Amino acid sequence: MNVTPASVAQAALACHGDEPGALLPILHAVQDALGHVPREVVPQIADGLNLSRAEVHGVVTYYHHFREEATGKHVVQVCRAEACQAMGGDALMAHAERALGCHTHGGHGGTSADGQYTLNPVYCLGLCASSPAMIVDEKLHARMSPARFDQVIAKLGAAA
Amino acid sequence: MSAVTIYVPRDSAALAVGADEVAATLRAECARRGLPVNLVRNGSRGMFWLEPLVEVTVPQGRVAYGPVAPEDVPGLLDAGLLTGAAHALCHGITEQIPYLAKQERLTFARMGITDPLSIADYEAHEGFAGLRAALAMKPEAIVQQVLDSGLRGRGGAAFPTGIKWRTVAAAAAAQKYIVCNADEGDSGTFSDRMAMEGDPFMLIEGMTIAALSTGATRGYVYIRSEYPDAIATMTEAVRRATAAGFLGDDVLSSGRAFELIVRKAAGAYVCGEETAMLESLEGKRGIVRAKPPLPALEGLFGQPTVINNVISFATVPLILSRGASYYRDYGMGRSRGTLPMQLAGNILHGGLVEKAFGVTLRELMFEFGGGCATGRPIKTAQVGGPLGTYLPESQWDLPIDYEAYAAVGAVVGHGGIVVHDDTADLSKLARYAMEFCAIESCGKCTPCRIGSTRGVEVIDKIMAPHSTKHNKPQQVQLLRDLCDTMVNGSLCAMGGMTPYPVLSALDHFPQDFGLANPNRQAA
Repeated sequence: MNVTPASVAQAALACHGDEPGALLPILHAVQDALGHVPREVVPQIADGLNLSRAEVHGVVTYYHHFREEATGKHVVQVCRAEACQAMGGDALMAHAERALGCHTHGGHGGTSADGQYTLNPVYCLGLCASSPAMIVDEKLHARMSPARFDQVIAKLGAAA
Repeated sequence: MSAVTIYVPRDSAALAVGADEVAATLRAECARRGLPVNLVRNGSRGMFWLEPLVEVTVPQGRVAYGPVAPEDVPGLLDAGLLTGAAHALCHGITEQIPYLAKQERLTFARMGITDPLSIADYEAHEGFAGLRAALAMKPEAIVQQVLDSGLRGRGGAAFPTGIKWRTVAAAAAAQKYIVCNADEGDSGTFSDRMAMEGDPFMLIEGMTIAALSTGATRGYVYIRSEYPDAIATMTEAVRRATAAGFLGDDVLSSGRAFELIVRKAAGAYVCGEETAMLESLEGKRGIVRAKPPLPALEGLFGQPTVINNVISFATVPLILSRGASYYRDYGMGRSRGTLPMQLAGNILHGGLVEKAFGVTLRELMFEFGGGCATGRPIKTAQVGGPLGTYLPESQWDLPIDYEAYAAVGAVVGHGGIVVHDDTADLSKLARYAMEFCAIESCGKCTPCRIGSTRGVEVIDKIMAPHSTKHNKPQQVQLLRDLCDTMVNGSLCAMGGMTPYPVLSALDHFPQDFGLANPNRQAA
């Protein structure tokens, strides 16, 4: 079967639709499968849960975790919170922006022109005693430095 | 030769520095040498500067080696790792390492010792003893034990846990809920994460006891999306506990039902506020609700709901198994028991330190933490997360106690301590506090939504190079007025406490704002 946004949303509705407060589990299921929550599935999910499109759109856009746009091949999230700032988190983020060719501002991330990387700020990964920290796709990295950052990214390239 | 038991932690702070690679190398290298080993993935002991910390069981106890890199493994085996032999990375018997030996681990008694997902291991270390005791008690008696223990909410608000439970128990409703707030978003805190990854059955047991005492039959654990390992471990632990009869329609054949569901949050800091979390669980935007009604009476889906933090629930099994007075005998004043504190940021020996209330920040930062990781003097520490104050050296000798901290306008919060060295610029950290509030505000109330953005702008004006002696005091006054509005006019702690770090930076470190004499300029 072809995996389309509509089929993914349908499967998520079938799996979670009867749970009380099902919207977040459904959106997680869609994003886990597709990498983001495309706008085209919003009416379908709204229909399935008997909500308005505005309600579903409101939830998708409220939470930092949910993305409406496709990301780069790898998602790099660098912690910007205080414990990481105390150990050079600002310098790590600046290095990541240069190394990946991504720009971030405030709470917003950016994707590199070649579509390889999306760089996002993240606010605490719970690795505050081993800072600065980051998460690449689903893998955590702590005690980071610009040099270690380059090693982690080089390994991604080698694995691709 | 019988297999030697080796431990390599699976806590995400160990995984983030290569614990999986170390475990794989150990397995492969021992197999190559024909050495039979039983490799257990335990939780972390909470000494994160030593992670990955490999432990080997010998007749005298467990011997610690760390931090171990994969390339250290052959040399360690050559030196006699499996017999606990000496090596440059060896720290002797783990429990005798002063950092651990000086602690009072009550809630975290099993942390790093057991296999987090082994029910047998959990039960061999006093696990489910509290639940079994609770099953033999009347619901009111359970609540009384929790009240008598003096346990207060460990999420930060420090509200007496037993009173919350009593309110829910007394409410009449067909459906009640137990909700665990595991949206631990404060920078510098990781005790909830460690508990969920390193001893998940303890949380399940605590929530089940809460259900028995209040008549709730359904519970949720709301875990932040930034904690993928905690979500995976909790989900598996719930599955195993249900399969073994500790959860489900008939908890330990008592005829009582309790179903537990793990929910993944979606990256909104404000969902750590209890009513915003309820909205999120209901599938809505995480917008703060006005109180009253109290969630204990009208909470999740409008029903009576117990909401506690991970550590609050996790402490209850011990109170039930050893009795309220055992726990209450630790601590000072109205702060009873212990607090698992977290040493973080620029600190040489960062990690989890569980101590009775009354310990001082100076003891934690120097006797446990060993000073800054950079080797420079400590300038300040922020205690209690992004909404906590920056404490100057004059406050480092205060006992860590909810009331003693409140008396100087500081907060103990969730026990997170973020240390900064003397290169820290407090004007930058104050600006960050406002910026973070602007990013994370739910937008419901004006002081928080607009005030945070104005706060960033005013701090920028104070710090601008063209800021003169003439207009700087005006801007500082404006910042103080704005903070006053946020403190007194915000709906929840997000806007109401963002001024805490800002004002403490301004009051205690005026030089960082280019203010020579704070008393004259910012009265």
